[in-house]
Amino acid sequence: MIDVVGPYAGQLLMGLMLTLKVALGAFVIGLVLAVIATPLTQSGRNPLRYLLDGYVTVIRGIPELLVIFLLFYGGTVALTKLTGSYFEVDALSAGIAALAAVSFAYFVEILRAALQGIPKGQSEAALVLGLSRGQLFTRVILPQMFQRALPGIGNQWLIILKESALVSIIGLEELMRKSVIAAGATHHPLTFYLSAACLYVAVTAVSSQAFGVAERRLNPAPR
Amino acid sequence: MSYDLFLASIPVILEGFRLTVIITLSAFCLGQVAALPLALAAASRHRALAWPAQFYIFFVRGSPVLVQLFIIYYGLGSLEAVRDSILWPILKEPVGCAILAVGLNSAAYVGALLRGAITQIPPGQDEAARILGLNRWQGLTRVVLPQAYRDVLPVLGNEITLVMKASSLASAVTVIEMTGAARVMVSRTFAPFEVFTVAGLFYLGLALIFAWVFRHVERRAAIPGLSNRDS
Repeated sequence: MIDVVGPYAGQLLMGLMLTLKVALGAFVIGLVLAVIATPLTQSGRNPLRYLLDGYVTVIRGIPELLVIFLLFYGGTVALTKLTGSYFEVDALSAGIAALAAVSFAYFVEILRAALQGIPKGQSEAALVLGLSRGQLFTRVILPQMFQRALPGIGNQWLIILKESALVSIIGLEELMRKSVIAAGATHHPLTFYLSAACLYVAVTAVSSQAFGVAERRLNPAPR
Repeated sequence: MSYDLFLASIPVILEGFRLTVIITLSAFCLGQVAALPLALAAASRHRALAWPAQFYIFFVRGSPVLVQLFIIYYGLGSLEAVRDSILWPILKEPVGCAILAVGLNSAAYVGALLRGAITQIPPGQDEAARILGLNRWQGLTRVVLPQAYRDVLPVLGNEITLVMKASSLASAVTVIEMTGAARVMVSRTFAPFEVFTVAGLFYLGLALIFAWVFRHVERRAAIPGLSNRDS
């Protein structure tokens, strides 16, 4: 097995780096947008709130692969019309954008649940103590929201990491695509797909350990 | 957006709809059937049973479904022993492989879920069942499992939607289900917005139907007055 994988080890690791790049890009974009959008849409009769609810329902009901295809092919058509000349969306941008768009919906749900768990008295107390609205958000609400949302955020990171394999279908040479190429060249598909699976498992295992440590540090010691 | 292309893609997508439903329902059932022994093994006190089951859950939940599908379709198909085995009629068909991959993937998630629900039930209940004269099998099927399944039922409704979404990966191994059909249509017409919107609407409709069915099942399975979720 070693002599088959050996010559391709470099390629697989390069693929893994690209996998991490795609996943990290989508994770950061999705999370940042959700952190901005969620508190804004919390207040009662906000029309944006219904828009966001609709978006979450749609994303939860359609396959990620469809979103990737939509942004990849649709992006090319839209940008070509917009710029007037042929413009092709590259697989990396389409992949990151699609995974970010999907994870954004799930992050909104996670953060909304976390926000709802914070007692209302805290905002009132902070305002009474003379904190401005901005300070209230960054010093009181945000830290607690993250603490409560951390298990969900960690779980979503693992999901994005695994979903990033789908971007191989539109041709991005990340870990999955690299193993398809190696499997085709050597006629050892089982070896390469198992190696890829092991690399994914290694990354997800390390990630969930790291998130476990972060959760323990953020949570006050149990009494 | 062109209205004509929108309408023209409906019959094409509908042809893939049947396969999407078949793959989703078969994979979900396979997942449920495989999840129960997996959960019981993972919750077992015997390490020889618990460790392989826990490793399976860990490995399958840690890697993408697409890799698992390729391991089954391309990987196992490359082995001489598999091609001679009785499983070959299933494994040589891309649809069979998709059902197997998505189903076995779902089994790991549901298995972990069920295991959690089983270990949550106080051991006193099983002991009480034994004292009342129920044997181990009766204690499991009449006392432990009905409670465990009621616990996980809301999440199972979510799981079938996840299985439906995963069924789209079958298009990566040449199956022309909904996503595959949509992609073929896009390559012919180059109208991605119209075609993928139609496919998306069909998926959404299917997801809503599944959600409705499971809400119904949940209501039927609830014990009046005992439910702490809703009435």
